[in-house]
Amino acid sequence: MGTLRVPVTQHDHRKGPANAPVTLVEYGDFECPGCGAAHPIVNLVLQHFGPKLQFVFRHFPLTQVHLNAEPAAESAEFAGAHGRFWEMHDGIYENQDRLGPPLLFALAGALELSELELRNALASEKYAPKIKSDFLGGVRSGVNGTPSFFVNGLQHEGSYAFEDLVAAIEQHLHAKASL
Amino acid sequence: MSKVLPAGAVAAGFTLRATPDQSLSLSDLAGRPVVLAFYPADWSPVCGDQMALYNEILPEFNKLDAEVLGISVDGVWCHEAFARDRRLHFPLLADFEPKGAVAKRYGAYREAEGVCERALFVIDRQGVIFWSFCSPIAVNPGADGILDALERLPKEGTSDGHVTSSSHAA
Repeated sequence: MGTLRVPVTQHDHRKGPANAPVTLVEYGDFECPGCGAAHPIVNLVLQHFGPKLQFVFRHFPLTQVHLNAEPAAESAEFAGAHGRFWEMHDGIYENQDRLGPPLLFALAGALELSELELRNALASEKYAPKIKSDFLGGVRSGVNGTPSFFVNGLQHEGSYAFEDLVAAIEQHLHAKASL
Repeated sequence: MSKVLPAGAVAAGFTLRATPDQSLSLSDLAGRPVVLAFYPADWSPVCGDQMALYNEILPEFNKLDAEVLGISVDGVWCHEAFARDRRLHFPLLADFEPKGAVAKRYGAYREAEGVCERALFVIDRQGVIFWSFCSPIAVNPGADGILDALERLPKEGTSDGHVTSSSHAA
């Protein structure tokens, strides 16, 4: 079982309170169907735990088999640079069946972000180093495919079914509570 | 699970088909670290596929001067279609005839199923196994163990070691 080798910092995309007792980290690929299927489940899990859970998303694109994964990740980072990461992240997963450049530009437009600026960012691979760094941190932590989850730094070996994720998170909550 | 060749054992030499008209020998890569990744079969699902993962990490392996080789009992034509589909940029070797002969010499063959184990070997510049690992067959072992081992390999006066291996993927 892997452990998270790169601690969560303010450079991560985070949802929920930073001092939550449990942090769930996902390594995901925007074109991976499993990640698409996990997306609404993660949202339910976040709702379920409320302020007790912080969620972090890190990039793990398989760029050679998922040709849209890298541009999608870079577009999410572009949106993140304008404070709109989660809107782009959600927009991509919710429209994953038509993922491609037109969708990415349409989402940017809907968020009132400059399409020209996005085009330039993609062309210059401005956000590629950040994505590469997420990816390599994942590799060193034992990520072997997507989606991969870590609960308080420990690799989640169960499935991403709601019950499995909830059970893993509850275990950590109870461990904290009994300290 | 099989008992795979351990660290310290000399890596068994081999010559296997990498494409329908090219062979590759372990000795071709002498002087460079080699990552030998036995796996059960081509065509596992994309998002958890071991070879697709190594393909993404290839630049890191190359930074460490290492050559990555995938090996299964699939034939060359199957490997070729798989490599093209997944856009793999490293050789897949066919341990096809006699079936699994190389895997057997590494202790990485499953007689009952007639496929290779998911077994990893990091071979040093002198052709000695530096690290090996056998994963449960359904579990993609990832790459952290390989990268850790490659980084622990003793550095050598970077040889000219100019070896061009066939990158057959289109």
